[in-house]
Amino acid sequence: MTGDRLRLALPVLSLAVLLGAVFYLQPRAMSYFGLNLLFNLAIPVALATIAQMMIIMVNDIDLSIGTFVSFCACVTATFVHDTPLIGYAILAAAILAYAGLGALIQFRGLPAIVVTLGMSFVWGGLAVLILPSPGGASPEWLKTLMSYKTPLVPIAVVAPLVIALVVHLLIKRSWVGVILQGVGGNDRAMERAGWSLVKLRASAYGLAGLFGVLAGMCLVGLTTAADANIALRYTLLSIAGVILGGGEFVGGRISPFGAVIGALTLTLAASFLSFLRLSPDWQIGAQGAILILVLAVRLLFVRKEAAA
Amino acid sequence: MTLKAIMLGAVAGITAMAATGATADTSDKRIALSNNYAGNSWRQAMLESWQKNGDAAVAEGLVAAADAFTTSENQATEQAAQIQNMILQGYDAIVINAASPTAINGAVKAACDAGITVVSFDGIVQEPCAWRIAVDFQQMGREQVKYLAERYPDGGNLLEIRGLAGVFVDDEISAGIHDEVKNSNFEIVGSVHGDWAQDVAQKAVAGILPSLPEIVGVVTQGGDGYGAAQAIGATDRSMPTIVMGNRQDELQWWADEKAANGYETTSLSIAPGVSTLAFWVAQQILDGNDVPKDLTVPFLTITQDELEESLKTTPKGSVANVEYTLEQAKNVISSAQ
Repeated sequence: MTGDRLRLALPVLSLAVLLGAVFYLQPRAMSYFGLNLLFNLAIPVALATIAQMMIIMVNDIDLSIGTFVSFCACVTATFVHDTPLIGYAILAAAILAYAGLGALIQFRGLPAIVVTLGMSFVWGGLAVLILPSPGGASPEWLKTLMSYKTPLVPIAVVAPLVIALVVHLLIKRSWVGVILQGVGGNDRAMERAGWSLVKLRASAYGLAGLFGVLAGMCLVGLTTAADANIALRYTLLSIAGVILGGGEFVGGRISPFGAVIGALTLTLAASFLSFLRLSPDWQIGAQGAILILVLAVRLLFVRKEAAA
Repeated sequence: MTLKAIMLGAVAGITAMAATGATADTSDKRIALSNNYAGNSWRQAMLESWQKNGDAAVAEGLVAAADAFTTSENQATEQAAQIQNMILQGYDAIVINAASPTAINGAVKAACDAGITVVSFDGIVQEPCAWRIAVDFQQMGREQVKYLAERYPDGGNLLEIRGLAGVFVDDEISAGIHDEVKNSNFEIVGSVHGDWAQDVAQKAVAGILPSLPEIVGVVTQGGDGYGAAQAIGATDRSMPTIVMGNRQDELQWWADEKAANGYETTSLSIAPGVSTLAFWVAQQILDGNDVPKDLTVPFLTITQDELEESLKTTPKGSVANVEYTLEQAKNVISSAQ
């Protein structure tokens, strides 16, 4: 088994174990309808996790992804619904803004954690300005898309797989992806090889912005309306998802399939605890414990890998 | 036996079933509470009321289960997932105190499509397939001014204590107060934000008092009456009529003043036991009764005569509470029809 495959084995295993436990606790979940309910809210989480992965790929961290997804959800539920042209223009501008941030961070040598923390307030403020009180409506096509009944396997399972496959092809199989991972691996070497780091970091951030926008749109398609605080939890969920899926904070080591599986695992962990009827006071702690457990097991894997 | 006799027998049987149906039909139904937040005394009392009432209903065989779930974080996405889990768990009705009026619409719709009865209360949802038990906050403001107008027909100056700036509830209560003041001889001479907290209210009132003329009454939003009383008591002003908000410390202060010098006022708020009203509404819908989609939560008003009684049943640091019985819930439903 190669290193990448081994890295993926653990997230897949933890998802399988959790899924087995959920099916045992709630046999009703073992159906087309049940799987859809279990996983459909994981689609936007998976997209947000991919967005976070793009940032972690270049050794940065994005603390604004939750508010950014909320902002995109608000734009989707208002402008995209009422005046599609302006709506898409705003979303495109948001992606450009993300790319601009990447360029700024590289150009001025700023710490990404501080810039994105600051931006989280900007996105949050814009979201409140656009949608001061919860409301809006999902564009019809988006609602139809998110509730589309795919044959045999529900969309909630198909969509994450498609997302993972597309990102895998982009990051692991295309020259763009290899170079972007190189930025995380050794940016000096990339620079000496003649690449503009400003452009590369801007591309990585732009990709993150794109997936953030997609996450916001999917979320509105599912909820059918928006709220300025709708996705605040995504910031931490996405970071946890990337790491759970075998990614590392440094070195450009990331795995698209792993990240998506990490997002699914986190979503499922919450349902599992709820089916267990665990008191809410303990749920966050238990969710954390599951996370630590998986990471601890991974440490053993990595040690073995290093020893081998 | 002739065919006619069989038919008659069948009709008699059906009539007999319909007569007893009101209690038997829901005995195998399971109701769940989806709650988004449990971090203050009001929500704690609300959950306690649900538990007590639900356990009793299960013991009596009215429903099969009345389980309460609270999300680990006050987030709409968490609650949407929680509701979807409840659909999977096969509940017949879901009662919701929602984190957002819109952001869980998708999950609510999914529940409705699965044939589940959804009742929202306090934090209501906009999805049209759900029932809504809403609080008329404007009315809460109007009631206060109406009471004061009865006490002081000639009018006078009022001090207004508002809640947390920028929150919808604060705007609504205040709008109700100002609206009703227009119909009276009162004038609001000062307005401060008390953030629904006694200590903040005390500081705010102490700050504005020196600039105010004589005031006859203080209109409040709940959780701020005791602080106002402390601030005014520290000056040599005569104590105006402060409308209270059912908190234990407010009622205690009122009772002490009443014993000392016959102080008179009123107190009103929403009882946390409204969760039990939502429970019975869900039960009635499951029972096949016709219930209007929009209901209004009645206020819990404590008058001068009921004060001691209410104070006795209100734990320290909590809010005066009342739990609804099936009969009372039926009254609320029929008054809305």
